[in-house]
Amino acid sequence: MEKHELLVCRNTALGYEGRAVLSGLNLTVSAGDYLCVVGDNGSGKSTLMKGLLGLINPMEGSIDRAVELKNGAIGYLPQQTRAQRDFPATVYEVVLSGFLNQKGFGFFYTAAQKTAAIQAIGKLGILELKDRCYRDLSGGQQQRALLARALCAAGRLLILDEPVTGLDPAAAQDLYKTLRYLNEKEGMAVVMVTHDLRSALENARTVLHIGRNSWFYGTVEDYLRSPEGCRFRKGEQ
Amino acid sequence: MELMEMLAWPFMRRALVAGVLVSLCAALLGVPLVLKRYSMIGDGLSHVSFGALAVAVALGVTPLYFSIPVVILSAFFLLRLANSGSRMGSDAAIAVVSASALAIGIMVISLTTGMTTDVDNYMFGSVLAMTETDVLLAAAVCAAVLVLFVLFYHRLFAITFDENFARATGMRVELYNTLLSILTALTIVLGMRMMGAMLISSLVIFPALTAMRLFRSFRGVVLCAGTTAVLCFCTGLTVSYVKSTPVGATVVTANLLVFLLACGMERLRKRG
Repeated sequence: MEKHELLVCRNTALGYEGRAVLSGLNLTVSAGDYLCVVGDNGSGKSTLMKGLLGLINPMEGSIDRAVELKNGAIGYLPQQTRAQRDFPATVYEVVLSGFLNQKGFGFFYTAAQKTAAIQAIGKLGILELKDRCYRDLSGGQQQRALLARALCAAGRLLILDEPVTGLDPAAAQDLYKTLRYLNEKEGMAVVMVTHDLRSALENARTVLHIGRNSWFYGTVEDYLRSPEGCRFRKGEQ
Repeated sequence: MELMEMLAWPFMRRALVAGVLVSLCAALLGVPLVLKRYSMIGDGLSHVSFGALAVAVALGVTPLYFSIPVVILSAFFLLRLANSGSRMGSDAAIAVVSASALAIGIMVISLTTGMTTDVDNYMFGSVLAMTETDVLLAAAVCAAVLVLFVLFYHRLFAITFDENFARATGMRVELYNTLLSILTALTIVLGMRMMGAMLISSLVIFPALTAMRLFRSFRGVVLCAGTTAVLCFCTGLTVSYVKSTPVGATVVTANLLVFLLACGMERLRKRG
């Protein structure tokens, strides 16, 4: 594995109970990448996500991770659950919980972790919301809080699961802007599963399209010329 | 003076100590359970522990030794039910388990000893029920709950707030869930005979709901739930002594009043 590579899938098959949902997957995520995973419902996007996060093991092939990503140091932004939306916790409490995965975590947070949490909150521009209750925030602000937590969990890779679901268009654009900032200025690699194809293509550099029978993996420009991408463009018109 | 007179009775002292410990445990465990939408599990467990108690009495074994393993097993089972997207729907499945356990308990009692005051005591609790062993067990469970909440506080927070994230970062979510349900099972078995099978689950749910009305941070909610539960129990026990009302019902009523008060305060704060 090269030094700049974070995640490498080699001929990977993923699935449940012996039935493969995805197979023959070759995928490399390197430092600074911005990859969008798109595809129809039920095509295996969330299975791929589970595989990348290490929640399920590949049935065939392998998924290699950079050393720093082992022990769960992945900046994961899951889909929000209904129970979460009215949770009594301050933004600060939520963001700090990103540090729990770090190896050798004792029972309490260290002073350095507390400082880093404040920095992450500041990076996402929600410092004034630090002591506000999570359930009183807007959808976009909640996503920012969760993104700050993801930054605490990992320094180089963010994995996002449908991050703009339930956000109004302005908040969604805001989130994309933040992600682009983190990607370009902070050098974070971004892997995002999304339904919002148009915005994804405006922001991402590479695309993985998972179809039922065919799939595509390459740059955004190539994608728009490919049969899968053409189908998308027809749908747009 | 009533208070001194009340504490002169050994059974009242036992009831006070055991009750405070059980209420504290129930309230602390209630915070993650309520937030994770597992409140029904507490209710289910109390019915199962009623059934187990009835069977134990019929078999002539010491109730606690029989009901503790049975209730812990059902805690595992109910947790699985709550997490599985079963065809029945997890809430329906839990309701079925509760009602069945209750029915079996009542059947066993009426076929053996007959419906006596015993049933009444199991259902609605009796202040006389606490023995020395109960007090010791309550202290042990309470110590375990406190250790869990002090040392693993941040992990409990992460699992309660976002199970998926916790799992992705390599935390053993199932382990903590199991631990929570075992401790809940123990708390319910211990508290049930004093508070009553019908009422014990409200000790799990009420303090958490009250605290959620008043506090915005998780820490605040946990601390407030524990404090409210202990205060409500002490008030309830004293009132029940003075007015000769059943202790379980009195404590629950105290909890209800505090909850309504908290709702009112939340209203006022939102308006102001």
